[in-house]
Amino acid sequence: MTTTTNTAGLARPAPTGALSPARTLATAARVLRQLRHDPRTIALMVLVPCAMLVLLRYVFDGSPRTFNTIGASLLGIFPLITMFLVTSIATLRERTSGTLERLLAMPLGKGDLIAGYALAFGTLAIVQSALATGLALWFLGLDVTGSPWLLLLVALLDALLGTALGLFVSAFAASEFQAVQFMPAVIFPQLLLCGLFTPRDAMHPALEAVSDVLPMSYAVDGMNEVLRHTDMTAAFVRDTLIVAGCALLVLCLGAATLRRRTA
Amino acid sequence: MMNYRRVRSDPPGTPSAPAVRAASLDVVRGPRQVLRSLDFTVPRGRITGLLGPSGCGKTTLMRAVVGTQANVTGTLDVLGRPAGHPALRTRIGYVTQAPSVYDDLTVRQNLAYFAAILDPGRAAADRRDEHVDRAIADVDLTSHADALAGSLSGGQRSRVSLAVALLGAPELLVLDEPTVGLDPVLRRDLWTLFHDIAASRGATLLISSHVMDEAERCHRLLLLREGRILADDTPEALRTRTGSETVEAAFLHLVDEAAAAARAKETTR
Repeated sequence: MTTTTNTAGLARPAPTGALSPARTLATAARVLRQLRHDPRTIALMVLVPCAMLVLLRYVFDGSPRTFNTIGASLLGIFPLITMFLVTSIATLRERTSGTLERLLAMPLGKGDLIAGYALAFGTLAIVQSALATGLALWFLGLDVTGSPWLLLLVALLDALLGTALGLFVSAFAASEFQAVQFMPAVIFPQLLLCGLFTPRDAMHPALEAVSDVLPMSYAVDGMNEVLRHTDMTAAFVRDTLIVAGCALLVLCLGAATLRRRTA
Repeated sequence: MMNYRRVRSDPPGTPSAPAVRAASLDVVRGPRQVLRSLDFTVPRGRITGLLGPSGCGKTTLMRAVVGTQANVTGTLDVLGRPAGHPALRTRIGYVTQAPSVYDDLTVRQNLAYFAAILDPGRAAADRRDEHVDRAIADVDLTSHADALAGSLSGGQRSRVSLAVALLGAPELLVLDEPTVGLDPVLRRDLWTLFHDIAASRGATLLISSHVMDEAERCHRLLLLREGRILADDTPEALRTRTGSETVEAAFLHLVDEAAAAARAKETTR
């Protein structure tokens, strides 16, 4: 990009390793713009979690206590799953359509691309979580002792974790079929072991140990802390830090799978 | 398609370093050596055609020049720097064979995004709009600017992809089969545009094709076969040297010659 009086594009700074806010924002805006041309996906992302919560509320019509624990856990799990799916497919498409190769041949930092995706899907996750949380708290009678803002915070971190995991696994998927199959492979074990179905300390010790290293366990634990305590407990802070740390770590791993030079 | 007006960055005729210089260039992909000890130069401000049958290594060579190909050994200098140098990323425009654009964005949104990557920041917004408009006009898609790329025909989508490469006035344009699947009128118009870009701005173009009649439109030709360079010359010189009427005949002549030489070598062994 040069003006007509400028002779060549040499004046532009060469891309550095650091993030470029303008490029990150442009990427996030582009991802959201792509989604805007696909209103059905947006509707599914936003409405399905709400519909599931309503369903759950009446499945456990006789035992509001069960709805309480499962409902709160699901508020953390939904954003993770949706963002995982959306991100893995979106980045896979970016890889297979050649746009990723084109972008990486341009002065775009890998961090800009990943931060752009995280920002776009994070925004969407906020909308999704806000709707689901609001619905659960005010219409379905979810009884939360702590602040709904903390619920939202955990939900957002879970969404980022989902984005990070989706981005990472998309590097190992050669097709959309494979990408979708990564969901049962990556998400289901975490779902079974995160304490949603049985408290984690009641599992076989080996499984409990496995669940201790899976990030979704901490997402669910964090939600349950908010459910039971009025203020931020040390356990809540630890859980959120672990989820955030995992999200960051996996995002970095995801960045490492983006190669400027490919065979 | 003729509105590519530019201030010249390098007056034509100035003796300058070649845009691309390769010396004993090898590329290995998996178990296969795709390019074998290539030596060639691509002169600045000219259109160099990269020709050869499919599978001969044209795309690999272009990817090496752009800096997206892994396992490249030997010397490969592009615009005075080693291929793939970060400083080159704004100076090279690359069009892959399959159009690489976002199908769920409009033509203008596609270009606006790539423009924002090349020239980021709010201060540059007006300049970007101007560049986007010009790139769309260059590839003759102004009437489709607000259509989704996914709804366009194959030829139109490849022109969107080309328009992206024109953004930012790159000094080197690497185009992988840019005219494949286009009708004759469009192909002629695009070649007029390519010549215009080279002549008015001194940009260098490296264009691959397996359509031999397009070879006549290039200033220079690199004939590639099975990862080796068969010839590196002007179209006229090639025709004269082989005593052929067309570049296609010249190419076939050279292929037969190379095959005969290989057979002779085999028998003497």
